[in-house]
Amino acid sequence: MRAFEYVSPNSKAQAMSLLATAWGKTEIIAGGTDLLALMKDDVVSPRRLINLKEVKDLHGISSGSNGMRIGALTTLDEIASNAEIKENFPAFADALMEVASPQIRNQATLGGNLCQRPRCWYFRNGFGLLPKDETGKDLVEPGENRYHAILGNSGRAKFVSPSTIAPILIAYGARVRVESPKGKRDLPLEKFFLTPKSEAEREHDLRPNEIVTELVLPLATNVRAAHYEIRQKEAFDWPLAVAAVALTTNGSSVTSARVVLGHVAPVPWRSPAAEQTLTGQQVNRSTAENAAQAAVAAATPLSGNAYKVQLARVAVKRAIMKAAGGVA
Amino acid sequence: MPNYAWPQENDRTLIGTRVTRVDAPVKVSGQAKYTYDTHRPGMLYGKVLRCPYAHAKIVSIDISAAEKMPGVNAVQIVQGPGSMIHWEGDEIVAVAAIDEPTAEDAIRAIQVKYAPLEHLVSDAEPPKNSAQGQGPLSADDIDDMLDNQVPSQQMVSQIKQYGLTEKIDEDTLKQLKADGATDDVLNAIQAATVHPEAAQRPKSNYQKAAVQTIGDPDQGFKDSEFVSEGLYGVPVITHCCLETHGSISEWTDESHLFTHISTQNVSGIPGQMAEPLKLPATNIRVHQDNIGGGFGSKFAPDRWGIFTAQISKKAGGKPVRIMLERDAELKVAGARPSAFARVKVGAKKDGTILAWQSESWGTGGPGGGGMPPIPYVFSVPNQRKEHTAIRNNIGPARAWRAPNHPQAAVLTMCALDDLAAAVNMDPLDFFSRNLDLTKPRQEIYREEFAIASDLMDWKNKWHPRRQSSPGEIVRGVGLSIHTWGGRGHASDCDLTIHPDGSVDLKMGSQDLGTGTRTCILIVAADTLGIPINAIHLLIGDTNYPPSGGSGGSTTIGGVTSSTRRAAVDARDALFAKVAPALRAQPEELECVNGNVRVRGDSTRSLSWKEACSKLGAMPQTVRGKNPDRDKPPDLTNSGVGGVQMAEVEVDTDTGIVKVKKMVAVQDCGLVVNVKTAESQVYGALIMGISYSLFEEKVMDPTTGRMLNANMEFYRLAGFNDIPELVVRMMTGKGYDERGVIGLGEPPVISPGAAISNAVANAIGVRVPFLPLTPDRVLAALQPKAGA
Ligand SMILES: Cc1cc2nc3c(=O)[nH]c(=O)nc-3n(C[C@H](O)[C@H](O)[C@H](O)COP(=O)(O)OP(=O)(O)OC[C@H]3O[C@@H](n4cnc5c(N)ncnc54)[C@H](O)[C@@H]3O)c2cc1C
Ligand code: SF4
Repeated sequence: MRAFEYVSPNSKAQAMSLLATAWGKTEIIAGGTDLLALMKDDVVSPRRLINLKEVKDLHGISSGSNGMRIGALTTLDEIASNAEIKENFPAFADALMEVASPQIRNQATLGGNLCQRPRCWYFRNGFGLLPKDETGKDLVEPGENRYHAILGNSGRAKFVSPSTIAPILIAYGARVRVESPKGKRDLPLEKFFLTPKSEAEREHDLRPNEIVTELVLPLATNVRAAHYEIRQKEAFDWPLAVAAVALTTNGSSVTSARVVLGHVAPVPWRSPAAEQTLTGQQVNRSTAENAAQAAVAAATPLSGNAYKVQLARVAVKRAIMKAAGGVA
Repeated sequence: MPNYAWPQENDRTLIGTRVTRVDAPVKVSGQAKYTYDTHRPGMLYGKVLRCPYAHAKIVSIDISAAEKMPGVNAVQIVQGPGSMIHWEGDEIVAVAAIDEPTAEDAIRAIQVKYAPLEHLVSDAEPPKNSAQGQGPLSADDIDDMLDNQVPSQQMVSQIKQYGLTEKIDEDTLKQLKADGATDDVLNAIQAATVHPEAAQRPKSNYQKAAVQTIGDPDQGFKDSEFVSEGLYGVPVITHCCLETHGSISEWTDESHLFTHISTQNVSGIPGQMAEPLKLPATNIRVHQDNIGGGFGSKFAPDRWGIFTAQISKKAGGKPVRIMLERDAELKVAGARPSAFARVKVGAKKDGTILAWQSESWGTGGPGGGGMPPIPYVFSVPNQRKEHTAIRNNIGPARAWRAPNHPQAAVLTMCALDDLAAAVNMDPLDFFSRNLDLTKPRQEIYREEFAIASDLMDWKNKWHPRRQSSPGEIVRGVGLSIHTWGGRGHASDCDLTIHPDGSVDLKMGSQDLGTGTRTCILIVAADTLGIPINAIHLLIGDTNYPPSGGSGGSTTIGGVTSSTRRAAVDARDALFAKVAPALRAQPEELECVNGNVRVRGDSTRSLSWKEACSKLGAMPQTVRGKNPDRDKPPDLTNSGVGGVQMAEVEVDTDTGIVKVKKMVAVQDCGLVVNVKTAESQVYGALIMGISYSLFEEKVMDPTTGRMLNANMEFYRLAGFNDIPELVVRMMTGKGYDERGVIGLGEPPVISPGAAISNAVANAIGVRVPFLPLTPDRVLAALQPKAGA
């Protein structure tokens, strides 16, 4: 392993001052479950690691009048076992329980989960986020793209956004807070994910010296939400498709809907078409199927992943049905 | 003549019972030591620079910066400039340093220039007429074969059959010898005919490996009332040993090497290290307590085992540890050859199989590979077969638990299952009707079918194939049968009875986690009439008598036979010493329950300890040795039969397959320990489910790299993917009297075929290739829309 400096600040301000203003020099380490693997595989090789675990005000879960606030350093397990989260955002708790394994959930943090890097096997093999070989030839299109994007893949980015909890968080309308030495900004989580157009860009709306500090989940009434994953293995496996839906109902029909897909595009993929299809409708098998169809209508599969269109459709259909059958 | 025969059922105290493995406590408590856990005083850490290209020539190597780095003890070029590299991850330079990070930094400081060459990593169906017959070999070809670990016998037969393109000079011969050519190979080279004109022939990646006709296939198909044609296949998978390959080597003096190595072949390692290290085999000591999986991939020291020893010498003899990283383990340390085939089979309307035709292909990496034994188990009277071996750059293949049989089972049992569907018969009836073609094991299969179908409730669960409607969750059942040899190997052991009554047994064997220790102890304890824990067993070291490598399911037959012999001889020798004290003839004595006594007279009895005190001052050691392989076996045997059935559930919306239940009914002659035997079968079923549903070595066509050399996308079945497993060992008459036969391999052969057949039964169509992933299942369900 290349030698690096390890610093463990105990305040946000200190942490931010230790971060470099260009990518590549410094990296934040939270739970380290992704970062250490990236370092071992030589995908990132920072000269300084800034450990955030000692920064007290980045931890914890609290609730206020307009929602629940989760510190970026809170572990996935802490969140999943929090009674208020389970009560107010049961589909989020469901999604958390499907992440990786108990050991990883004990260690991994919310901020780290949202900022984790794509699992694209070309990226992890050192060919970059927009993978090309030494001669500049694109690798994904003519290569092994069975797990790559079927939506939002018209540019050079073909990886899929890895977090399986981001879709349900977006469906619940989560906002994320990002802080830098210059100040704070709040943005909808949906806007936090970007599709890079060049190798110089990353897949998050995050400057090198910015830190994700917290996530806010707005409380809402009459929302029925669900998370659904299609995985090969029963447990501890990356999904092939994820769907998250949050339906606001007036008792009989849907007044507004959020439908977000995961593992199908370089970002968590919100589907306005599916949302429109559901709005004003009663949820039943046929509206669910129509919405699911709308969600994938624009899919542009690559040479080896047409099957994912079907999986994404089924995931959306099942998430809608699950939401309709479940409570709040 | 001593009577070594296995005791009759009534006389067995431990053999054939259920004994918990003796090493269970150290295993479950984490105390068992694996090679990976071995840390020697002053140990250095080795790392390897690996080639990033699948096919390249090394132009230059500069190690000067690495050599100068503080903490680096030695740098060794493994393959120098001019060497041809045939797969990604091949070893170029090794480094030993005071710790892993330093060794990694040193690796990064090495500059290698490569000239990349065209590569092929695909094993897709060869283009028509692309296959080339093998021709005369060049010195480079022979060097490639050595590189690719082609077995010596196979090299000799190819050199004899095809000759050479050039006369090979003394220097080149010396080089070949240094690269590992055996004397047999060198002799064959010197004796070979030379065809200089053949040197101009362009080389193809596709090689015609077999063309064979049996009976009259045309007539066979003409007589067939039903013919089924299909495409079947199994991709390259890896061994993925949880303990990776590797060793820790140290020089105890100028001319003595001590190696801890993760191996299936403790006694066989020194002989393979001697030549490359220029050291007499007797000066090499090998030790291993436990191994975390080998599955056929750990018989040799491998190139890295050799350079670990060499670099230790360079570092002044200090212990050097090189255990492969996970990615290297998956890339270079073993793969199972793929096999695909277009198969046509014909039968009469009563189900009698008449004819087989197959065009098969597959790859075993740069070496190509041979045709799996198809049609498997069933000797179809009329056959036409053609096999094309693909030589490509995916890395060398190695024996994988039951080499070639799981592939043959998929190609055969799936084709026959489709034929049964074409004839409109329950495959159980169809297979049963054709058991005459499985001679001499037809009665075994018949009995096993009856038991398996009961355990699976086959008659209720099987249904004719039907179209499923979209969105349905459907169930189906499938079956397969298999066979294997499994005669015991040569296995010497020394059994010592000490005058104080303690007993030790030394054998250079290894326990692959299968229960070998337990089974040796069962046989010794049963024979001597003392408890298992009264015997001190020592295995896993070349200081003990040599015992064969654990491959081909030869261990159980080998170690139990020689243990039985040693224990009978030791017992009889003890009887001779004890008889006078008991006023009896030695033949009248027996040892039972910790006593040595006169048969039928309980008054004339000595405790084991008292009896052993009659030995005098010196312990008494006897050597157990099995008869030569050319003699008929007595305590062991060859040839087993097994039947497996699978039940699956398929989500037709997602193409996800879940195995719901597996039944395995297995014969292995006399079962030494029913409990560990069943465990072997459970393990095989789990491994089988894993390769049926998940495993596949994914290669990138552009870069030639393996993309899933990790345990995230090289998926292995987890606990929740394992359903109800029902295992039944065949025992009693018809089985016990055949002697002890190997079991490690047979039960891993059938799962692929049984699970694929169950999926076909569930969804009504065949998913041609394993693993049965959603993309493949959906493509089979919607032939037009699928990927
Ligand atoms: C085998 C395996 C299976 C997995 N399965 C799943 C799954 O099913 N679903 C899923 O969602 N995830 C899965 N993961 C990923 C896992 O959830 C992430 O690794 C984890 O959430 C990352 O959190 P961490 O705290 O360990 O982050 P780290 O590894 O410490 O950091 C990850 C990245 O985020 C950056 N970072 C961390 N915190 C911040 C912050 N506060 N502000 C700015 N940047 C930050 C780091 O610099 C780094 O680039 C899996 C991981 C493994 C190893
Ligand atoms: S899963 Fe984790 S604990 Fe288990 S062997 Fe792998 S690295 Fe070690």
